Amino acid sequence: MKILVAFKRVIDPDARIKLTADRSGVDTDSVEYKANPFCENALEEALQIAEEHDGEVVLVSAGGPDIDKTIRAGLALGAERAIRVEIEDTVLDSDLAARVFAAVYKEEEPDIFFFGKQAIDSDNNQCGQLVAEYLGLPQACFASEVVIDDDGEVATVTREVDGGLETIALTLPAVITADLRLNTPRFAKLPDIMKAGRKTIDVMDLDDLDIEDTALKIELVSLEEPSARQAGVKVGSIDELVDKLKNEARAL
Amino acid sequence: MAVTMKDVQFDVRDGGSFIFERAGEFRIFTPEDFTDEQQQMRAVALRFAEEEVLPRIVDIEAKKPGLMRELLEKAGELGLLMLDVPQKYDGLEQDKTTTMLITESLTRCASFAVSLGAHVGIGSLPLVYFGTVEQKTKWLPRLATGELIAAYALTEPGSGSDALAAKTRAVLSDDGTHYVLNGTKQWITNAGFADLFTVFAQIPSDKGDQFTAFLVERDSPGLTIGTEEHKHGITGSSTCPLILDDVKVPVDNVLGTIGKGHRIAFNILNVGRARLGIGSIGAARYALKLATGYAAERKQFGKSLDTFGLIRAKLGSMAAAIYAGEALGYRTAGLIDRKYHALEELSPGPDDDDFQKAVEEFTIEASILKVHGSEALDFVADEALQIHGGYGYMTEYPIERVSRDARINRIFEGTNEINRLLLAATVLKRGMKQRIPLMQKFQAISASLKKGEEPTFEPVGDALVDEQRQVHRMKHAALFAIYQAVQRYMMKIEEQQEILGAFADMMIEVFAADSAIARTLQYGDGPLASFYADCTTLTVEHARDEVFTLAKRVLAAALPGDKLATGLDQLAVLDHWRAVDVFGVRERLAATVIDAGGWPGI
Ligand SMILES: Cc1cc2nc3c(=O)[nH]c(=O)nc-3n(C[C@H](O)[C@H](O)[C@H](O)COP(=O)(O)OP(=O)(O)OC[C@H]3O[C@@H](n4cnc5c(N)ncnc54)[C@H](O)[C@@H]3O)c2cc1C
Ligand SMILES: Cc1cc2nc3c(=O)[nH]c(=O)nc-3n(C[C@H](O)[C@H](O)[C@H](O)COP(=O)(O)OP(=O)(O)OC[C@H]3O[C@@H](n4cnc5c(N)ncnc54)[C@H](O)[C@@H]3O)c2cc1C
Repeated sequence: MKILVAFKRVIDPDARIKLTADRSGVDTDSVEYKANPFCENALEEALQIAEEHDGEVVLVSAGGPDIDKTIRAGLALGAERAIRVEIEDTVLDSDLAARVFAAVYKEEEPDIFFFGKQAIDSDNNQCGQLVAEYLGLPQACFASEVVIDDDGEVATVTREVDGGLETIALTLPAVITADLRLNTPRFAKLPDIMKAGRKTIDVMDLDDLDIEDTALKIELVSLEEPSARQAGVKVGSIDELVDKLKNEARAL
Repeated sequence: MAVTMKDVQFDVRDGGSFIFERAGEFRIFTPEDFTDEQQQMRAVALRFAEEEVLPRIVDIEAKKPGLMRELLEKAGELGLLMLDVPQKYDGLEQDKTTTMLITESLTRCASFAVSLGAHVGIGSLPLVYFGTVEQKTKWLPRLATGELIAAYALTEPGSGSDALAAKTRAVLSDDGTHYVLNGTKQWITNAGFADLFTVFAQIPSDKGDQFTAFLVERDSPGLTIGTEEHKHGITGSSTCPLILDDVKVPVDNVLGTIGKGHRIAFNILNVGRARLGIGSIGAARYALKLATGYAAERKQFGKSLDTFGLIRAKLGSMAAAIYAGEALGYRTAGLIDRKYHALEELSPGPDDDDFQKAVEEFTIEASILKVHGSEALDFVADEALQIHGGYGYMTEYPIERVSRDARINRIFEGTNEINRLLLAATVLKRGMKQRIPLMQKFQAISASLKKGEEPTFEPVGDALVDEQRQVHRMKHAALFAIYQAVQRYMMKIEEQQEILGAFADMMIEVFAADSAIARTLQYGDGPLASFYADCTTLTVEHARDEVFTLAKRVLAAALPGDKLATGLDQLAVLDHWRAVDVFGVRERLAATVIDAGGWPGI
């Protein structure tokens, strides 16, 4: 069984970020990067399935050589090899990313293509769905449990939906996007970190994937920093609190 | 000579050479030089501390049976115990810089870090560096995974600092197959559950007692582990006595050469000191984070604590202490690594003593690191508690534990007094033996100060020139002062502990200031350039005050009344306070720290 995992680098969510002066993006001068947490869940699930079904896990990411560090962190967790599609990170929207990944899918022909349910930088929640659409594959988004049958032909996926859980069965190959509750990503082992340095990252470019149309469908117009938190107020009684929650905050 | 490590060229230097070099003249190892791989390893250690260790801190502190061992085994599964073990014995054989980086990521939970450090450091390193192939094969692979846990038993009730005065005896059996050990060891970290002990004992002989190390297994008949001590800090680490009552140890378990136990004891302590020093800085960074977080949340007089000038001043000073600690700490680890690699290149081969030579070379720096790191931590942890006010005094706030845990670092791995005496004496001894050009320097400084001239100064590059000049002056002031004392007391200077202590303090300040400058110059114009430069300015300013005060005291002690005035006049040639807006510098540092929610660097 072969499992492909999309693995995106994002700005460390714990870091304090600043916008560039023209508000066209985040000032990347002093930010730290790490793997998108949902992608880590996707990788963890892929690794567990691969361990059980004797499979191979391949990472795929799009960006310049500076994302290799994040890719190697994924390799240290147990993926066998990786593919990096050479592209400048800033000129990618969900649609182009999805077309890139769909093209990689055709090269690799995996049984499962795992995604994180969304990337915590752009929060688009589109990539997995678009890939399924472009490839005509069945999809299960927001997975909180994944079970693969013994023959490796059917994935039974429990999804988190509003107000409850839904369980669906997909015929493989299929696209699955991972939610946070799917699993707890493992720790990398130090010897594996060293071994990851020797694993292969194959670099492809858009030509290799026959992607000519690189036009973006989304234009980033501007970004705003969140407004500073307003000072709190003291309430005199429970009644006043309830009243404020109801009428001012409209939380009740 | 230069060594290329991880694609960067580093200069190989000798121990103590910082005294004679210009600040920033040679490339030092800094935290900015960590490779991606090292940073990933650090991330694993940090996550382990945050997710596996800290959530169980209450049970750890209560010494819940089996818990520490379980955590060490878990750390072992991740490879956190195999960094120092050669690849031949299933280890990772990493540089010391890597080991230090892992150590300092764990010291936010000191009970655990001390247990881990005692296992991988003083516990296992004697075997790594002095064991025979058979001994290593027998134990090292299992120590590397945490299947077995190691401990180091040197201290006795009657001998702590004076370790070589140990009374434990080892007598060869009549049939020559084993030694019989009798005695008591005390305060042995990990003793409660360790499987293998490096025990130091005297073998009586015609030539006198021969101090020797033995590998003693836990299940040896006659070996009893006493009850746990009740400690002030690091209450979660195991600390027990060993009672050796006719313990039979096979002759094959003698570690290293008979009568050369002191080489093992002191070499291992040197590495331990470096590890302790950097580990302390890791804990200090954690304390800074706790204090910054608290100061942002807590309001008094209608404002957050972090808006008050006196609180901000503390945060600024804490940051500068951490910066200098990191700079001199990783510099030292890098010096040892490079020396070792250079020696290896000259004489490749697994069973030589290149590493011991490399470590011995930097005795001075390792002692400075131990003293500076542990005292920086005490300062930072104490100020962090103070920022918490009464809450910091309550056990439910982590800073309470951090400040208790900090205290041990000035006591073990050689007390700070012993390390001060050792480092000062080593500088002087190496000077007398012409291993470092101390005597020539003494002459040159005297000659120039007699003429009322400052020794020539040439900056390295055009950044931090004032700071460079001050360190240049500080070095000369320290050497000038100690030279007067050496002339007065000659060989008997060893008995003048206060003078040696003052000289040690001057060396510590000089090395800290020198390393801060070197790190900042190397850093160039990255995003933290002005923060690093401010840390450096504050470090240099503080060091300058200390060094000139101490130099005056040494002169006053060493020079007879009629010569004192002349001596002070000569010292004054170097003593120029450069107007530094210390408050303004601290304020800027605090702003950056508050903005980052703690230490802003990597
Ligand atoms: C929690 C803990 C864990 C430990 N773990 C271990 C371990 O795993 N293995 C092990 O072997 N040991 C261990 N030790 C022992 C530790 O190394 C000793 O405590 C240390 O060496 C100091 O010895 P001492 O306590 O007997 O103090 P002393 O030597 O009695 O010193 C008392 C004071 O006198 C000063 N002093 C001593 N001699 C001189 C001198 N010549 N000149 C000036 N001042 C001097 C000291 O600096 C100190 O301030 C541990 C200790 C503690 C507290
Ligand atoms: C063991 C113990 C016993 C006590 N017993 C009593 C008792 O019997 N009765 C009683 O009434 N109280 C008692 N207290 C409370 C004690 O008086 C307070 O802890 C103390 O007044 C400090 O207040 P705080 O802890 O709220 O710290 P905070 O006021 O929050 O101060 C936190 C930090 O901010 C600093 N800070 C605060 N304001 C400013 C400012 N404007 N400018 C600059 N820095 C500032 C403080 O110096 C401190 O470093 C006790 C406390 C303890 C720990």
